[in-house]
Amino acid sequence: MKVLEINHCNKKFGENEVLKDISLSVEEGQVVSIIGPSGSGKSTLLRCATLLETMDGGDLIYLGKPAAKADESGKSVYASQQELRAIKQNFGLVFQNFNLFPHYTVLKNIMEAPVLIGGRKKDEVEQEARALLAKMGLSDKADAYPYQLSGGQQQRVSIARALAMKPKILFFDEPTSALDPELTGEILKVIQDLAAEHMTMVIVTHEMAFARDVSNHIIFMDGGVIVEEGESEQVINHPTQERTKAFLGRFHR
Amino acid sequence: MDLTTIFTQLFGGFQYTFLLFVLTLVFSMPLGLLVAFGRMSKWSPFSFALSEAEKSLLRSGSSLPKAQSVGVVLRRFVGLFRPIQLVMKVIISLLRGTPLMLQLLVVCYGPYYVAGISLSGEWRFIALVLGFAINYAAYFAEIYRSGIESIPVGQYEAASVLGYSKSQTFIRIIFPQMVKRVLPPVTNEVITLVKDTSLAFVLSYMELFTTAKQIAAAQTSIVPLFAAGAFYFVFNAIVAFVMERIEKMLSYYR
Ligand SMILES: Nc1ncnc2c1ncn2[C@@H]1O[C@H](COP(=O)(O)OP(=O)(O)OP(=O)(O)O)[C@@H](O)[C@H]1O
Ligand SMILES: [Mg+2]
Repeated sequence: MKVLEINHCNKKFGENEVLKDISLSVEEGQVVSIIGPSGSGKSTLLRCATLLETMDGGDLIYLGKPAAKADESGKSVYASQQELRAIKQNFGLVFQNFNLFPHYTVLKNIMEAPVLIGGRKKDEVEQEARALLAKMGLSDKADAYPYQLSGGQQQRVSIARALAMKPKILFFDEPTSALDPELTGEILKVIQDLAAEHMTMVIVTHEMAFARDVSNHIIFMDGGVIVEEGESEQVINHPTQERTKAFLGRFHR
Repeated sequence: MDLTTIFTQLFGGFQYTFLLFVLTLVFSMPLGLLVAFGRMSKWSPFSFALSEAEKSLLRSGSSLPKAQSVGVVLRRFVGLFRPIQLVMKVIISLLRGTPLMLQLLVVCYGPYYVAGISLSGEWRFIALVLGFAINYAAYFAEIYRSGIESIPVGQYEAASVLGYSKSQTFIRIIFPQMVKRVLPPVTNEVITLVKDTSLAFVLSYMELFTTAKQIAAAQTSIVPLFAAGAFYFVFNAIVAFVMERIEKMLSYYR
């Protein structure tokens, strides 16, 4: 089953065409990595998929339900606010710089959305939140505030916060880029564990070896288009396109 | 007249000062938030009409580039027309750019001069509270606005992805963080307000300062003025202490 489907996505900022006719689909349980040089539109693509930006053209479909559908001229027409809020329950996003709520404890950061928006029972959510924290190795941090945590710990909390909504698909935008090099490992490990549990994920990353190891499918973007995509081993180790080769050549493998 | 009598009489005036102070804060703080919302309003009634105009230009057979360039020009001038924001900007700059004393006189005597309405005894006090509340709301609005605008956009984005509505995002995520950030400038305003209450003398409201002036004139003595100064000083010390406590209460996070 297709969890996410994007067809012919176009996005402009003023005169700058940032995404040009991007199409992709993500199957349940699939891990997709998106790689590419700075400014190639990776973040913009994730932001369109998570409804933080509006696409100018194309479809955006979650589990068969359209969040946006192209009209006859190709222009994206979005669903109502109410429908979009329901669709948002299907996905989570982990930001590069965490974006935890600084005035909430770790536990409240994780619990508020499932209770407030998911309408679920507080004690049931609390049990799950504590279980998630235990899984992230942060059991003793439930009552801490974000500023009291290291970057790696904050990122693990933000992953727990996203998982608490029980998303069908989880997006990551360079989840380790804001971290000190010695802290990236702990986050990559968490994502690897999620992949082993068959969590459906789309990951924008600059960690090529990680992308190859964790994902089934890799998309290489440049200049707002998908230049090359395929099975991860194939794209990283035997790229066919010149631009892909040039890009990967900059990472000494 | 001995010192105790002076203090007793001044205390009578101080009660009115205190009443004016509290009522001003009670009305101006929430009003300031409304004004801040108005000031940040991006409502632009013609931007919808604009894209329609572009479409009809296209339909009427004019070329795409021409329709677009007309659209771009129109957008630059008409699309930036945000009536609520504009009105609030003008009101705020008038309130901050003219003396409070003058505003108090206008509010109090305006209805009589403009419409010939004769003014009851209570009106003086109502006008005073109204004048103070509106003037301070303008200052609070600008403080709130800068506080709200200083919250990183990532907070809105995180809330949006989790499914928070706009009002949930403001009430639960933005507002509490704003309060913490605006506390120091708000403290400054509150302390200024304590001293500004003395401007009520222009409407002969018998608050602390007016009382002190009367006693000083009647007794030909400077002592009542010093005593009034002591009242203001102690009151402000208490205000500063209370605000510091509130800041401490909110220092559990950064
Ligand atoms: N809000 C915006 N307004 C205008 N232009 C934008 C905006 N966001 C992104 N862009 C532009 O869109 C292009 C793609 O940016 P994007 O952030 O998607 O790239 P990226 O692939 O994520 O790069 P990086 O690897 O550096 O994160 C860039 O040219 C950028 O300047
Ligand atoms: Mg990016």
